[in-house]
Amino acid sequence: MWKHHTKLERHSLPLVIAILIVVSIGGIVEIAPLFWLESTVEEVEGVRPYTPLELAGRDIYIREGCYTCHSQMVRPLRDEVERYGHYSLAAESMYDHPFQWGSKRTGPDLARVGGKYSDGWHKDHLVDPRSVVPESVMPPYAFLAEKALDYRDIQDKIRAMTKVGVPYTQDMIDNAKDDLETQADPFAAPTKFQARYGGKVLQRDFDGEPERLSEMDALIAYLQMLGTLVDFSTYQAQAPENRR
Amino acid sequence: MTSLPAPQSGAPRDAVLLFITTGICAFAALLATAFTEDPLFRLQGWIFLIAFLIALSVMTIAINSGRLRSRPDRYADGVVRAGVIATMFWAIVGMTAGVFIAAQLSWPDLLYFPEHGWLNFGRLRPLHTSGVIFAFGGNALIATSFYVVQRTCRARLAGGVWPWFVFWGYQLFIVLAAVGYVAGITQSKEYAEPEWLVDLWLTLVWVAYLLVFLGTLWKRKEPHIYVANWFYLAFIVTIALLHIVNNLAVPVGPLNSRSYSLFGGVQDALLQWWYGHNAVGFFLTAGFLAMMYYFVPKRAERPVYSYRLSIVHFWSLIFIYIWAGPHHLHYTALPQWAQTLGMTFSIMLWMPSWGGMINGLMTLSGAWDKLRTDPVIRMMAVAIAFYGMATFEGPLMSIREVNALSHYTDWTIGHVHSGALGWVGFITFGAVYCMVPWLWKKDGLYSLKLAEWHFWIATLGILLYICAMWVSGIMEGLMWREYTPQGFLANSFVETVAAKHIENVIRTLGGAMFLAGAVIMSYNLWRTIRMPSSAPSAQSLSGPAPALVAAQ
Repeated sequence: MWKHHTKLERHSLPLVIAILIVVSIGGIVEIAPLFWLESTVEEVEGVRPYTPLELAGRDIYIREGCYTCHSQMVRPLRDEVERYGHYSLAAESMYDHPFQWGSKRTGPDLARVGGKYSDGWHKDHLVDPRSVVPESVMPPYAFLAEKALDYRDIQDKIRAMTKVGVPYTQDMIDNAKDDLETQADPFAAPTKFQARYGGKVLQRDFDGEPERLSEMDALIAYLQMLGTLVDFSTYQAQAPENRR
Repeated sequence: MTSLPAPQSGAPRDAVLLFITTGICAFAALLATAFTEDPLFRLQGWIFLIAFLIALSVMTIAINSGRLRSRPDRYADGVVRAGVIATMFWAIVGMTAGVFIAAQLSWPDLLYFPEHGWLNFGRLRPLHTSGVIFAFGGNALIATSFYVVQRTCRARLAGGVWPWFVFWGYQLFIVLAAVGYVAGITQSKEYAEPEWLVDLWLTLVWVAYLLVFLGTLWKRKEPHIYVANWFYLAFIVTIALLHIVNNLAVPVGPLNSRSYSLFGGVQDALLQWWYGHNAVGFFLTAGFLAMMYYFVPKRAERPVYSYRLSIVHFWSLIFIYIWAGPHHLHYTALPQWAQTLGMTFSIMLWMPSWGGMINGLMTLSGAWDKLRTDPVIRMMAVAIAFYGMATFEGPLMSIREVNALSHYTDWTIGHVHSGALGWVGFITFGAVYCMVPWLWKKDGLYSLKLAEWHFWIATLGILLYICAMWVSGIMEGLMWREYTPQGFLANSFVETVAAKHIENVIRTLGGAMFLAGAVIMSYNLWRTIRMPSSAPSAQSLSGPAPALVAAQ
């Protein structure tokens, strides 16, 4: 055996090829099946692609590195389910490119933060976290309220999302800008927007300053929908097809 | 100077090729900067453009003065010297960022500036992680690999001027990534935050790196490829594979900085941690084991303990590491079979890891007395000990039930730092302490006493850091799951945050001490470089051919 190894020690290309083969096996066996095993992602009702405003908010969430301190993955442990709500399903992040499960909870999990606090609380908290939570170590994000949302490329963003497999319709792509403005405007007609994204979609002025469409609007719109999509009244956690 | 003829006329072909490529790249950067509507993309464009223009002017001067002509009789050590300086520079930048963000968590009222969002934790944290892993660690790996591969092959680096492209291209990657994080360009995949354009640039640099390394192996005058080079090769090849697959993404537009990952949700999560854990396995382990396999025997003047052990642990390490990623996703929406597979292989990983530790430590047998007299050897021995500790702790934390407690807490942060500060940091410091006198032709270090101070301050710093994180991590994990006798959750989340204040302060102090050690080291190295040179030594290629004999 040691003699055979000498061949690899004397020839660099066979050594490179051997390394490539050895390091490929694990990835192929472990990762590849996730793309075709149907049980990987549960069938649920209610999960839809992000609205343009939510997607813009999600991009701000990513830009500011929120994932470095906040997870979006409630584990099926007693204390977590009681603290945060129903454990997270794979289906809830199936349109997340990239995923935001996180790896650290310097702050609490946000997978189900949607609807837990008012828009006003979110704004106060983002502007000055310690004004509402004195012991918090979170950075202040006051500048989000000052900064106008730049959504010139929102249509391109949604088009890119369709290329990676998120099922936006052509109608959604064509009306991305309108939908974004409609969602942040409580006086805009909701009919078409709701027809595209469903009746549960939130439409209001999120940052309390109706005259301005700020980054704060987008981020709060995103936070307020997190974890609210799945209809848990129709979801059977114990059904055989849902057990992983 | 040299007695070799080397009478090529005109500019060397490799330099001209690089010059033309850079020119085309500069023109592309100019167009992209001019036509984009995305301010962040324009920022990246400007950095590229400025870098390419500087490169063009430097190359124009260098080609005209004939300085880019390769000297086949000598080792290419200029690029290694530059790499050593870059290593220490980025060490201080990356660690300073770390100390600063640790202090932010300790004193949020003092160190957050509402008007300056770019100084927030979320933007600086990738700056710290990339700064120490890729800038400090990456430069150390490139510099030592260039040093080691030449000595163990008795051949000059292949590719003429291209090793310099690898070096400066990599620095450009670091600057692009760092400025990007602070400005808000990130794809949020941990340790793979740079966006698509920067990823493409790194791919280019990395392919050049692989070719330079392989090319040098092909030129070797030793029949055997030394064990350190197996590890360097595994590191370079596997990182290329991981980088390309994990960063597959669709850009929002050709002139837009943002992209969306090709994968989503659960698949994306597993791919990311397949990448993330093997960034640890191949960047922070295999590469630094290569360093160990050259510098420990060299400094201790003892052969590697066991040749067979090095074969067994090399192949088993690289085979098993790849499987371990899912242990980052215990109890998540990842299917349980994948979690179990990841956990099983993570526990198995303990053995090859300790194979490496034993091979490294036992190389010192017969030279144990040097631990007392030589702080550099001691630093490397402690590095190997921390490697052993971290690779025991890792499999422990990968057990589902342990992970239920440790995951999402500071324990993970402590674990990472016992590996990063203890293993990666100390083995690099040891290698650099060895290399600087060799590279600059000095008899030894300026001051062993300062190295001694560095060792003790840094060791104490690591211990403060990891002990504080053990305490705060286990404490917060237990507090999250604590119930009152009535069956209610005992603590609100913010109570667990408040409880960690003292540990956060101790962690900041520990990190600052480690940083102080690096500053002392930089001073020591700077004084070493400025010392008068020793008598001419055999720094040039020594080989059988008389033409290649040292010519000073």
